[in-house]
Amino acid sequence: MIDLLDYDFMRRALLAAVFTGLSAPAIGTYLVQRRLSLLGDGLGHVALTGVALGLLTGIAPLPTAVVVATLGALLIEFLRSRGRTSGDVALAMLFYGGIAGGVLLAGLAGESAAGLNKFLFGSITTVSNGDLVLVGVLGAVVVALSVGLRPQLFAVCQDEEHARVSGVPVWLLSSLISILAAITITLAMRTVGLLLVSALMVVPVAASQQVTRSFRATHLAAMGIGLAVALGGVVSSYEIETQPGPTIVILAITVFGVMAGVGAFLRRLRPQADPHLDMRRET
Amino acid sequence: MSTSEVDPLVASGVSVALDGRLVLHDVDLTVRAGEFVVLLGANGSGKSTLVRAAVGLVPIIGGTVRLFGTPLASFDEHTRLGYVPQRTSAAAGVPATVQEVVMSGRLARRHVFRRRTAADLSAVEEAIDRVGLGDRRDSSVNELSGGQQQRVLIARALATEADLLVMDEPTAGVDHDQQITLASVLGDLVAAGTSVLLVAHELGPMQPLIDRAVVLDVGRVVHDGPVDEHTLSHAHSHQHTGAPPRTHVSGDGVWP
Repeated sequence: MIDLLDYDFMRRALLAAVFTGLSAPAIGTYLVQRRLSLLGDGLGHVALTGVALGLLTGIAPLPTAVVVATLGALLIEFLRSRGRTSGDVALAMLFYGGIAGGVLLAGLAGESAAGLNKFLFGSITTVSNGDLVLVGVLGAVVVALSVGLRPQLFAVCQDEEHARVSGVPVWLLSSLISILAAITITLAMRTVGLLLVSALMVVPVAASQQVTRSFRATHLAAMGIGLAVALGGVVSSYEIETQPGPTIVILAITVFGVMAGVGAFLRRLRPQADPHLDMRRET
Repeated sequence: MSTSEVDPLVASGVSVALDGRLVLHDVDLTVRAGEFVVLLGANGSGKSTLVRAAVGLVPIIGGTVRLFGTPLASFDEHTRLGYVPQRTSAAAGVPATVQEVVMSGRLARRHVFRRRTAADLSAVEEAIDRVGLGDRRDSSVNELSGGQQQRVLIARALATEADLLVMDEPTAGVDHDQQITLASVLGDLVAAGTSVLLVAHELGPMQPLIDRAVVLDVGRVVHDGPVDEHTLSHAHSHQHTGAPPRTHVSGDGVWP
């Protein structure tokens, strides 16, 4: 257990897991609140094109993936805000285009589709010092903005029209959410991989809201769960010799299952959850 | 209320098209300071579209809207405007307490990256008490009944402490006793100088408060004046299909 800290690559892996585990649910809570849980998945597909672009041009894949996923996020937000011309189909195009573009460009770069596996499913042990600096800085930015702008972001995701009438810059904040999601996804690419990153944005939120009533508690507990499963997943994948990405996700889903059970038990203990209590009192 | 001498809402000659279809034709609507105006009309008459255009949620293709004397495009005194959108639910994909949702009503007054003030907290507390949800402050809105969720949305608008309240069918699903409570809350606010624009299907306990009724019919104003039996019956009896009424003349017509 202690010996795992003797390895440089494990120390980097654990640090990357800390930043990813905190930042993915921090921004993911807003996606779930907006009922856009699958947006992370779509952005992951788009980010793959960015990775391949990096491989093709010889630039490091992480920065190019951040740029391409951010552009994709802005395009999706533009289509979403228009709310017409079948945004659903437009999104699907973007997702499939993203993954097809990724494999195609990787092919041009002389990389086989199998070579993309480490981006699709994570490869936390190959995190370089340069990657770690980028993951740390951007992860801190994501967490700071997600927590610091909570009143504004909450209002935009809860009721966009009311927020607009209140003078909140809705388009700016919606775009910010999409951009932060894109950045988080790219950062989590090394840890859990582009295909599984969405799980780390959504499952901790789904788990925490089984036992919470307030948005603030849901947000903070989701970040706690994200941190715990990311660290726990990396450690146990080392112990049982599995890939970290899938281990983290399975751990998160297990936590969700336990919380769902605890939540059901608590609701049975809490009679005030009856929505018609006030009516009963009046009669 | 020295600043409220200017009319809170003046819409003149407003036309709105949705998806290429003209929904409002040349509509005038004024809410004067301290006035309680009700907007009536059948489903599809354009009531919601008119209030949404008035608060800047729907673009207008003709006419002008002024809020507190300022053209809509340059209006930035958001603390003076409280809005209750037409909703069936106050809930979203993540739980939130009554207190948290109502706190959003204070956003126009809050600064980014600053903590909420004692004034924010007391305004939110008072608004929640006023709609009779004081004992549900820390409940998740997802756990509340439809009528209670409507009252949460009303409390959010009250928490703004605005000079003009625009409410789009706020009492749908709210039971009669609670409507009486809301009527008395609105009565107190109007007596203190607040102006109200209310979209409604039926007036119920609000009726004695109303200064003026504006009735829309297929996107045009057909009545603007006191509430009387005629207004009420007109606003209720007709169910239109959305096509403007036409006079059919038999024979060859009057023009050669």
